[in-house]
Amino acid sequence: MNVNFLDFEQPIAELEAKIEELRLVGDDHEVNIGEEISRLEEKSISLTEQIFSNLNAWQVSQLARHPQRPYFLDYVEQIFTDFEELHGDRAYGDDQAIIGGIARLGDEPVMLIGHQKGRDTNEKIKRNFGMPRPEGYRKALRLMQTAERFGLPIMTFIDTPGAYPGIGAEERGQSEAIARNLFVMSQLKTPIICTVVGEGGSGGALAIGVGDQVQMLQYSTYSVISPEGCASILWKSADKASDAAEVLGITAERLKELDLIDNIIPEPLGGAHRDISSMAKSLQQSLRESLAKYTAMSMDQLLADRYQRLMQFGVFKD
Amino acid sequence: MSWFTKIMPSRISKDGNAAEKKTVPEGLWTKCEMCDAILYRAELERNLDVCPKCEHHMRIGARRRLDIFLDTEGREEIGGDVEPIDVLKFRDSKKYKDRITLAQKKTGEKDALVVIKGSLKLRPVVAAAFEFGYMGGSMGSVVGERFVRAANICLAEKIPLVCFTASGGARMQEALISLMQMSKTSAVLARMAEQGIPFISVMTDPTMGGVSASLAMLGDINAAEPNALIGFAGPRVIEQTVRETLPEGFQRSEFLLEHGAIDMIISRSDLRDRLANVLSILQKQPG
Repeated sequence: MNVNFLDFEQPIAELEAKIEELRLVGDDHEVNIGEEISRLEEKSISLTEQIFSNLNAWQVSQLARHPQRPYFLDYVEQIFTDFEELHGDRAYGDDQAIIGGIARLGDEPVMLIGHQKGRDTNEKIKRNFGMPRPEGYRKALRLMQTAERFGLPIMTFIDTPGAYPGIGAEERGQSEAIARNLFVMSQLKTPIICTVVGEGGSGGALAIGVGDQVQMLQYSTYSVISPEGCASILWKSADKASDAAEVLGITAERLKELDLIDNIIPEPLGGAHRDISSMAKSLQQSLRESLAKYTAMSMDQLLADRYQRLMQFGVFKD
Repeated sequence: MSWFTKIMPSRISKDGNAAEKKTVPEGLWTKCEMCDAILYRAELERNLDVCPKCEHHMRIGARRRLDIFLDTEGREEIGGDVEPIDVLKFRDSKKYKDRITLAQKKTGEKDALVVIKGSLKLRPVVAAAFEFGYMGGSMGSVVGERFVRAANICLAEKIPLVCFTASGGARMQEALISLMQMSKTSAVLARMAEQGIPFISVMTDPTMGGVSASLAMLGDINAAEPNALIGFAGPRVIEQTVRETLPEGFQRSEFLLEHGAIDMIISRSDLRDRLANVLSILQKQPG
């Protein structure tokens, strides 16, 4: 089994392995291998198209957590220039699961804030698997207030399993740190554009997710609780995670239908990790358009619209 | 049958039991879950459901909470017509629709937040209380909307808001819609702060998850009842994650006070006096 492919992608993996084998056999064969390879490659593409045209919520959530999925810093590198990371919450420490800094998008100066996961074991531990502690949210808040002071639009990149459930995190006021960000972001006098690029895990995601525009990459997820967490509470069994993913409606498509997010950015065939540069290019395009739109608005209008956007959340009988 | 019951005259053994059953109706006595003291129900109620032996603050419903907090005169319910709907057709082991019906029957409430405009020692105030008995006091669309309506009245009439939280967090059955109630309620509180209208948050047992990480922690004054469980992640989740036993008193009011998360702990019997004092000072009114 090829580890770079998910369970439901195994038919593609097998085909790819066959193509690879044929390539190795090479020229010393009599039949025209080149033709056979391109035939199989076409087949692989159509098979991928077919599988990806009909993904369920659980499969999408596996893609959102794919070990090769591009993370915040991959996008920083491909989309922005002149990035300077800014460290620390000025009170306790420098969280490594939320990072941020100033940069340029084309000619436009911006403030970037995002969750960061680690690629190898050491970095995963250093980044705490993308689960921020209070000092991470407080660093984010400090950077957002800096951005407001200098009139820099803010772009956030959401990709976290959730806030870290630890003893120290509770001691240092995890709840307050998240709540404070929601409170301040609702009135911050600068445009805020939020993109869910991987996992949007609950309060830990929302704490940098209040803005003028909230968008999702096609195979990212956004949820009040992880499918596993929901399954273990409501079904008393984490094995029901795929059922939970389905009822929670965590995919971009479903959340757009419910008007909980503003737009979806399509991913390359097979997911963002199959072609990071093309993913970055379309995300960059979308961010440029949003930036132009929101910087052209008056501050009063921007804040009134943001508030209105928050107030319309909720479905009830009246 | 033991030798003792055999030799006991039937008059004592049978009639005695029967008499006891007749004269002691259900619920006349309550056991304190903290100190195991057997308490006379009527006396416990007079003591605001605080154990007279060990001061344990028992959980109370939203109506009763507001009833003992507000002046008796001039009460008006806010947002009572706002009712839940199951827009997602959410279904786990039970349908959300059925859970709603069940919770409504059990508590007599349409949803988990009750808001009443009234007065505290003759000064106008809007008070909100979570009903923990209704799906664990979880916050969904109706809770968010009622909270916003409460705050909007405070904004329009420039009167303070007091909220008593008792909640497990966001309501899973409303999925991401419930997460968005965190930003919705926080945003309206930012407006209140901008206008200088006081918001007092009183956290009662328990105040967790998305409710703790939004409106509950955003008080101009954060208060708590004694020994209430307050935190973001549940203690069991933390224990499973860090694989160590949690410190004594972890996530209790006293722990929060010590770590700087709340301003004060207030006993239930002092709530009216102390919050009236706090509010009159914040609003620069004579004491």
